[in-house]
Amino acid sequence: MEKYRINPNSGLEFGLYTLGDHIADPHTGKRISNQQRIKEIIELAKMAEQAGIDFFSVGESHQEYFTTQAHTVVLGAIAQATEKIKIASSSTIISTLDPVRVFEDFATIDLISNGRAEIIAGRASRVGVFDLLGYNLRDYEELFEEKFDLLLKINQEEVVNWKGSYRAPLNNAKVIPRPLNGSLPIWRAVGGPPASAIKAGYAGVPMFLAMLGGPVSSFKRSIEAYREAANRSGHNSDELPVATAGFFYVADTTQAAQAETYPYINEGMKLTNGNGFPKQHFAQGAHPQDVMNIGSPELVIEKILYQHEVFGHQRYIAQMDFGGVTFDKLKRNIDIIGTKILPEIKKHTRKK
Amino acid sequence: MKIVGLSGSIVGSKTRTAMERTINIISEKYPEIDVTLIDLADFNIQFSDGRNYLEYEGDTAYVTQTIMEADAVVIGTPVFQASIPATLKNIFDLLPEKAFIDKVVGFVVTAGSPKHYLVAEQQLKPILAYMKAQIVQTYVFLEEQDFYRKEIVSDDVIFRLERLVEDIVTLTKTYESIRKEKEAEYGF
Repeated sequence: MEKYRINPNSGLEFGLYTLGDHIADPHTGKRISNQQRIKEIIELAKMAEQAGIDFFSVGESHQEYFTTQAHTVVLGAIAQATEKIKIASSSTIISTLDPVRVFEDFATIDLISNGRAEIIAGRASRVGVFDLLGYNLRDYEELFEEKFDLLLKINQEEVVNWKGSYRAPLNNAKVIPRPLNGSLPIWRAVGGPPASAIKAGYAGVPMFLAMLGGPVSSFKRSIEAYREAANRSGHNSDELPVATAGFFYVADTTQAAQAETYPYINEGMKLTNGNGFPKQHFAQGAHPQDVMNIGSPELVIEKILYQHEVFGHQRYIAQMDFGGVTFDKLKRNIDIIGTKILPEIKKHTRKK
Repeated sequence: MKIVGLSGSIVGSKTRTAMERTINIISEKYPEIDVTLIDLADFNIQFSDGRNYLEYEGDTAYVTQTIMEADAVVIGTPVFQASIPATLKNIFDLLPEKAFIDKVVGFVVTAGSPKHYLVAEQQLKPILAYMKAQIVQTYVFLEEQDFYRKEIVSDDVIFRLERLVEDIVTLTKTYESIRKEKEAEYGF
């Protein structure tokens, strides 16, 4: 776990993530400028650090309604603006980027931040990026696998010899700068189903599991499949951290939390995904055995602890800004996380 | 209320004729309803390649987005090789899994032989159910003998089409009010 900068004794890590979406507030129909949104994301990272949150990450999406296409640049600003919070991407679309450039960027962010940078590499849930950056969608799977492998190789070896199908060969190529402590934690981003989790297991890399909604027990299957696949492939799953990511929002009561956040999530999903979030499913999200961490602080603490008990994961990251949620609401959530949620979670998950 | 008619074949005339008649019945009986007929023969639709429907362009984007915006969909399908035509299946493949959630879907089926009567029951309904449609269980089945020179000549068929339209509109209103009542109970 140390290799991934995780200390199991200090309990479940709690993080925040943003996809970098840029969506009008459905209550007013008004959208803040790109500039304001980017600055608020940087500000959010600073506030998260002050509240004692462990981790903050920014996503890369190239289609409309998003604004952190250049996510590494935003992370560079966050690296400079913060001192101790871990920073990462959520996720970096490695398939359509050059792994050498990605490594250079993140190694640099790691140096600026004194060793706090991590990469979460994903495959893109939107395909517009393939056209935009000049790749063929038919190569979706192979682009990811080949480039992800190369990224892992560069992380291990400073001088790289490599040949593949989607990038010019590397002959004794020196990839610099190197991260502060030699290598970066590199995670594989995984959607819900076990089939995708198994691939992370084969590669023996840490897994970031996205969970929109649904029973904890379903996602447990993916985590178990991941650990089994890792052990079968000669890795030791005890040394591989697992992180989960999902919706989060707290208010005084569960009903208030649902009422405040539903319009954002529903309208945001309609715009970016083409389907809203059915109210019936959203209402079920309040069930203690559902992964969606939306509710009163007491309910959310109970849920996160339950998930930790079932998953045995090392990190949970919360998405609470999706769909144009106003900054004052985000501030209030961070306050509640810092004063109520984190102390309880750490108390119950820390090794005594 | 928005109703979209989808004529699912790019060959022949029976399905289009039946769909045009159905759409006329809707606009005559319910002038307040916003109704659109999409005849796939008029569009150049690409095959589904798995992307989100919002990311298609041109005719494919128009057709998928128009269907997604509907409150109810009337599908017209012929029977080809004892199944629905590939053009119609492609539309389903282009849409998200839960595309028909909170939508009422009814359909009319045309065929060259009465032996095909159960094709829609056994092949179309399961797809619609999987995609979360509220299915109007009774559909209208038309044969060659019901048409003459691109007109429907059977009064029985016209009565059945009128009942189908009524059922679609009534069920769309009913499901909407049930949903609103239920959603109000959630209190958010």
